[in-house]
Amino acid sequence: MTTIKRRGFTALLGASALAAPGIMRATRADAPLKVGFVYLGPVGDFGWTYQHDVGRKLAQTALGSEVVTSYVENVPEAPECQAVFESLASSGHDLIFGTSFGYMDYMVRVAGKYPAVKFEHCTGYKRAPNLATYDIRFYQGRYVQGVIAGKLSKAGLAGYVGSVPVPEVVQGMDAFLLGMQSINPKAKLKFVMIDSWYDPGKEGDAAKVLLDQGCDILTQHTDSPAPLQVAASRGIKAFGESTDMISFAPHTQLTADVNEWGGYYTQRMKAVLAKNWTSIDTWGGFEVGMLKMAPFLNMPPDVAALATSTVADISSGKNKIFVGPLTDQTGKVFLPAGQTMDDGTLAGIQTLVAGIEGKLS
Amino acid sequence: MSMVEVSNFIISIIAASTPLLLAASGELVTERSGVLNLGVEGMMLIGAIAGFATAHATGNAYVGVLVAAGAGMLISMVFAVLTLSFFANQIATGLALTIFGHGFAALLGANYVGIAAPVLGKIAIPGLAEIPFLGPILFDQNILIYFSFIMLGGIAWFLRKTHAGLILRAVGDSHDAAHAMGYPVIPIRYGAVAFGGAMAGIAGAYLSLFYSPLWSQDLAAGRGWIALALVVFAAWRPLWLLAGAYLFGGITYLSLFLQGLGVPIPSPLISALPYVGTVVVLVLISRDSRRIRLNQPACLGKYFHAVA
Repeated sequence: MTTIKRRGFTALLGASALAAPGIMRATRADAPLKVGFVYLGPVGDFGWTYQHDVGRKLAQTALGSEVVTSYVENVPEAPECQAVFESLASSGHDLIFGTSFGYMDYMVRVAGKYPAVKFEHCTGYKRAPNLATYDIRFYQGRYVQGVIAGKLSKAGLAGYVGSVPVPEVVQGMDAFLLGMQSINPKAKLKFVMIDSWYDPGKEGDAAKVLLDQGCDILTQHTDSPAPLQVAASRGIKAFGESTDMISFAPHTQLTADVNEWGGYYTQRMKAVLAKNWTSIDTWGGFEVGMLKMAPFLNMPPDVAALATSTVADISSGKNKIFVGPLTDQTGKVFLPAGQTMDDGTLAGIQTLVAGIEGKLS
Repeated sequence: MSMVEVSNFIISIIAASTPLLLAASGELVTERSGVLNLGVEGMMLIGAIAGFATAHATGNAYVGVLVAAGAGMLISMVFAVLTLSFFANQIATGLALTIFGHGFAALLGANYVGIAAPVLGKIAIPGLAEIPFLGPILFDQNILIYFSFIMLGGIAWFLRKTHAGLILRAVGDSHDAAHAMGYPVIPIRYGAVAFGGAMAGIAGAYLSLFYSPLWSQDLAAGRGWIALALVVFAAWRPLWLLAGAYLFGGITYLSLFLQGLGVPIPSPLISALPYVGTVVVLVLISRDSRRIRLNQPACLGKYFHAVA
């Protein structure tokens, strides 16, 4: 494994300009597959980027000497990311993963310039013959959390520390409350958006606000363990995010959504090796092992058993979560009884279900 | 809102404002001596990781705070040597200190991501903490919150009422005159920079050992810069600094609180509101520009080279 840090990337640019791409390609036949990863945060963020890197390492271990993986971390969602993608593409990488939404248009451009290189964009929706997209159905985990919250919350009011009001977060809030209402039909959800995916101080403040306003169970759609720690200090139960955060709150975390990218990365690298890689859109969850729940702890055994069976039902497709009748905050039915929301609609959802307090702005 | 909710609300605002107050009051003393150190954010991060690592190793958060103060002081000495002894430009060196601190703290902290360390506990003052409403707010806090108030009062008293404070201000306002009077300008400035560094380090430890007790690369999240701005907007006056820090912390928390109550506030505005609100209020209270000029240490950021 080679590691390219951000500081090293200018050196890399220089090197790639010197090395003629033609020469590099000629020597490639028996060389291992070169796979590059572009990360938004540091690999040590213990959240989003950390989990991607866990996935990268898993794929590297699984495929051994057949592949060489490397990463560039701390790459902003700004024009300089295009230079990073170009430098990877021009330095003999065969497959490049971009792991943040904001890379989308830059990746489309670079993919157009390097038709022989395969690109994969996480959470995006623009594809090309050599640009695939992939994402996790995070909302499945939120539903399971909601079911647990429905069982444990006495007040019937859950708090949701949100980041920004994009469809992924709306799916999460809706799914959480639908899960909670499957146990307690009167359950409600309160949310606070902090306009950031990672700011421990603000995440903690948002958690305090929600607890001060009467929520007696807490979940988060931001990446640091700070909300969990606030919950711990107030003796409230809460859920972790992206990765198992149990070490920060051993008596507080009920479970956490754990993003499992490793299987997907292994599979896509194998596809390139077998020369059957195609540009597809993957949106996977429990059913393909891209999403897992951290161990169900700090709850009675019957609740843990219910959570386990909920995961099984979602995994088998028995429970599709966004199934009508669904009513919005004004009481209007936006998904009629008997219908299941299609992926296209779900991917762009901006409707909050009845019972969520507060408006998107 | 019930009494408990109001008191929780106030406690949360105090918690959010304290790191700003700690870092800004150190910088205020530094600037009053005529030195502009823009490295507050970097010193905070160094303090945060030093405190976190020490607390993790020793199992004692208080030792962590002490080491954080030492680490902040140590790194501020790099700045002091470069600017005061070797006449490097203060603005450029301060910026470099912030960038260096950010990277160096991340390097030191690489192995501390994702682990927990001891947390600074609350210290209830016997007798007073039981007072309804005010007790939990004023007398059942962690040690650094008490410390932030004691230090601010101490700084205000020191600058206004003591001879040493007068000398410090003289050094900041006219280093030539102070030098002519026989005061050691450079050693005094070293002391003021060291104090600012220690306070920034303690502010960092407050973040990593109490406010969000964990280590992450962007833990300070711009709070060092806000502290710097507060010093200017408060016109270098300790009590206005207190008002500014609490205003900023208060608006930050209030914008989240209103959102929780269902008031639709666009989320980008949540980020902008504390800055806008604090700037507007502090500009209003200090709109007399003569007063700002009058208060600004006249030698702020200037070189001092002793001749004779």
